[in-house]
Amino acid sequence: MRARQSQLAAPDRELERFRFRVGLAGFAVFAAFVLLAARLFHLQVVQHDYYSTRAEDNRISLVPIVPNRGVIVDRQGTVLARNYSAFTLEITPSRVDDLEATIDGLSKLIEVLPKDRKRFRRLLEESKTFESLPIRSRLSEEEVARFAANRYLFPGVEVKARLFRHYPEGSVGAHAIGYISRINKRDLEIIDEKEQTNNYKGTDHIGKSGVEQKYEFQLHGETGYEQVEIDAGGRAVRSLSRSAPVQGNNLTLTLDIKLQEMAEKAFGDRRGALVAIEPATGGILALVSVPTFDPNLFIDGIRSDDWDQLNNSPDKPLLNRALNGAYPPGSTFKPFMALAALETGKRTPGQAISDPGFFNFGGHQFRDDKKGGHGSVDMHKSIVVSCDTYYYVLANDMGIDAIARFMGQLGFGQRTGIDIEGESTGVLPSPEWKKRRFRRPEQQKWFAGETISIGIGQGYNSYTPIQLAQATATIANNGIMYRPHLVKYITDSRTGEKTMIEPEPLRVLPWKRQNIEVIKRALVGVNIAGTSARAFAGAGYTSAGKTGTAQVFSLRGAEYKESRVKKELRDHALFIAYAPAEQPKIAVAVLVENGGFGAQSAAPIARMVFDYYLLGKLPKGAAREDDVEED
Amino acid sequence: MSQQLLQRAWVRLVGHVDGVLLLLTLALMAVGLTTVYSATADSSSRLLAQALNMAIGLTVMWLVAQLPPQKLMRFGVPLYLAGVVLLILVFLFGIRVNGARRWLSLGFTRIQPSEVLKIAVPLMLAWYFHKHEAMLKARHYVVACLLLLVPFALIAKQPDLGTAILVGAAGFYVIFLAGLPWKVIVGLLVAGAAAAPFAWTMLHDYQRKRILTLIDPTSDPLGAGYHIIQATIAIGSGGSFGKGWLEGTQTHLEFIPERHTDFIFAVYAEERGLLGNTVLLLLYLLLIGRGLMIAANASTLFARVLAGSITLSLFTYVFVNVGMVSGILPVVGVPLPYMSYGGTALVTLSVGVGILMSIQTHRMLVRQ
Repeated sequence: MRARQSQLAAPDRELERFRFRVGLAGFAVFAAFVLLAARLFHLQVVQHDYYSTRAEDNRISLVPIVPNRGVIVDRQGTVLARNYSAFTLEITPSRVDDLEATIDGLSKLIEVLPKDRKRFRRLLEESKTFESLPIRSRLSEEEVARFAANRYLFPGVEVKARLFRHYPEGSVGAHAIGYISRINKRDLEIIDEKEQTNNYKGTDHIGKSGVEQKYEFQLHGETGYEQVEIDAGGRAVRSLSRSAPVQGNNLTLTLDIKLQEMAEKAFGDRRGALVAIEPATGGILALVSVPTFDPNLFIDGIRSDDWDQLNNSPDKPLLNRALNGAYPPGSTFKPFMALAALETGKRTPGQAISDPGFFNFGGHQFRDDKKGGHGSVDMHKSIVVSCDTYYYVLANDMGIDAIARFMGQLGFGQRTGIDIEGESTGVLPSPEWKKRRFRRPEQQKWFAGETISIGIGQGYNSYTPIQLAQATATIANNGIMYRPHLVKYITDSRTGEKTMIEPEPLRVLPWKRQNIEVIKRALVGVNIAGTSARAFAGAGYTSAGKTGTAQVFSLRGAEYKESRVKKELRDHALFIAYAPAEQPKIAVAVLVENGGFGAQSAAPIARMVFDYYLLGKLPKGAAREDDVEED
Repeated sequence: MSQQLLQRAWVRLVGHVDGVLLLLTLALMAVGLTTVYSATADSSSRLLAQALNMAIGLTVMWLVAQLPPQKLMRFGVPLYLAGVVLLILVFLFGIRVNGARRWLSLGFTRIQPSEVLKIAVPLMLAWYFHKHEAMLKARHYVVACLLLLVPFALIAKQPDLGTAILVGAAGFYVIFLAGLPWKVIVGLLVAGAAAAPFAWTMLHDYQRKRILTLIDPTSDPLGAGYHIIQATIAIGSGGSFGKGWLEGTQTHLEFIPERHTDFIFAVYAEERGLLGNTVLLLLYLLLIGRGLMIAANASTLFARVLAGSITLSLFTYVFVNVGMVSGILPVVGVPLPYMSYGGTALVTLSVGVGILMSIQTHRMLVRQ
């Protein structure tokens, strides 16, 4: 009985123990669920705002919308730089495992030339891997369709519609208009400095030269933004909101592209520069530097063979000779010297010298171009016949300091302030300049003999064609000096409001009117009876001019082929002029490298430019002047 | 006559169905199906497949419920032995997927034998304790532990830590409920704590990484930590009331990884918020409560420990999965019952609930 009871009791105790343990487990389960609930409460209530923001950050992406770049037109409204939309095939390297295999695969669908691969590889070196880089541009509709059908095979590769810059006039005026190209590290620093970093998100091109560079922040416009919902793979799902971009402002240039084209053609295959300025405003009508180049080559990363060709050519087409070429002005310096003499009282117009054909100074004989000399020479004649002896003596009488002071006021040896970056200063010789320029004390000293050749525009004299044009325009404008500029006005893309680039008198030179008239009469005389008379024979307007020839002293650093050496050693031809003489509308400085005498090659170019600008006449065939008087 | 026939048919149909368990199961399946729909909005075939899985699950559950516990007991040994043999075959000839050897190829299809052990281990151990009920001694616990250790080690070796933990837990619950002395439990806990540093060195690199990323998910935001970070963002951004069904941005923009399988709770939590989570946890709690009640009222030791083990295993699934998705437990591959997409887990689960129903209904029939 007892035994039976204990047998019965044992399972009861067993059951009790079991139920206790089940109860314990139930309690543990409940505690665990409370823990889970607490965790969820913490995430969903306490930290809800934080996680909401993170979820929004996950799904919303701000995509910049690049604004249309402003259009550039010339003074007649001819389009010089415009935009067009085209499809490009782009690869984001960070999203592609094997770039070579991907490009090989793509080339089976879409033509990818070796040059495209080359360009891509160069872009790859310059860019960050998460940037989308073009492998092919200007896809045809058919190519876009072919890629779209196979795009799932190419993660990280996309077709994008992009705006491209196009310069319809090609190489005409390339040095003035400039070009845009892909943004590099240095550009990014500038953008950062100007606090434009946000505005340039999505922009991948920037002005690199000419007005495209100088007016970059006018032309660029304001970047718009689109809020896009993206999925975990970064693909856009839908658009949430959008702020429209603001198109860049348009530029209207003072440049006359027809004149520019005509002037470039007038140079033929010669190298040189021409600057044509409207004297009353400083507006630049033509800014020629030949040979020139096609800015369209640069837009999407220039091909290396094109680059080598441009960069290694002995003709240096990328050099803007008008702003960065520095040349001795030769005899074109004489009218400025004469004016200096009048203004400083060193000469009167009637004061004449007797020219034996040379000037002796310090045991050295400075010779005139004309053997035997010009006889009795007054100021008028000195300019018309371009008498060297007159200016040797004058320079010696004036001294270097007075010359440098006067020429400095005329802008020689200084940047003109034209609205293009990187203008050179040239050299206005003076004892101070020599001290700065040379290091050894014996080189730093200024010798009086060095002043003599300064008088005829030689020696250390070295000026840019634009300085020469500005000085000529200042004479034409009776001493009122304007800052040369290429942009006439900026049109606000939103309001249509035009902001004129005000004709800005840099300074008004206090010259006596009768002194200026003496010089002007002499310059008119040059074109009627002087060194450039033949070039201006039969012109339907009055004009004033001065020829010049600059000796090529040395060709340091330049290596030329033997066949070219002879030509390279020839003098540079120069010509300055303005017309009509009474009411000047245009002033030019022309430089033909190794063109020989100014009258021979430079003056006829000025004649063509004037004929076209003043009369609308186009030149009849190539100008040929043989047998001309030397200047 | 026909009425009588109908009545008999009805009794045959519902006689061994526990109403409470059925209702809770159907409710959880409804929640699960809508969530799978949201998580797989891109392919409707998944929804149909899961509905079919659920139908199969319910059928299996009903079939198992018809078997009395005495019959169930007979399955213990053969199922266990078959499972262990299959595990050994996996160890020898298994297919390697992502570095783990978990599958056995049968030519036309492949199976994952470790799934069988989730039921076979508690069945086997319950049978073992039941057989020695009258005179349980220390050696019986030792044998039970060994019986558990063999499949546990084989699964952990694959490696499949998630399943190993579940199988291990199911076996441990049987041993615990069968009356493992507290002295031993405390001793094991102490020994376990002491062995932790040693165990750390035994873990695979990826397992260690998972534990480390749990401590600081931001240490590897695009790698191992990505799952946890995106899941917690989904849960947290759901807020109190959720973003609404089919409105979860983390879900539909595909930020949540494995969103229709192991991480489906993040989908649910994002769209239904804390309110929905509370409802879901309550449903689980009721299901577990009912299971424990069935265990407490069961008439034999076998039925008691089996019901208890199955119920606590269910709890383990829920706790490990929700804990993992909400970032308080390391990432281990454990599905969320009735929610995660997949047929195998649903069938295993249904067998378990069917056993609970069988234990409950056959006990009542005995009493009547």
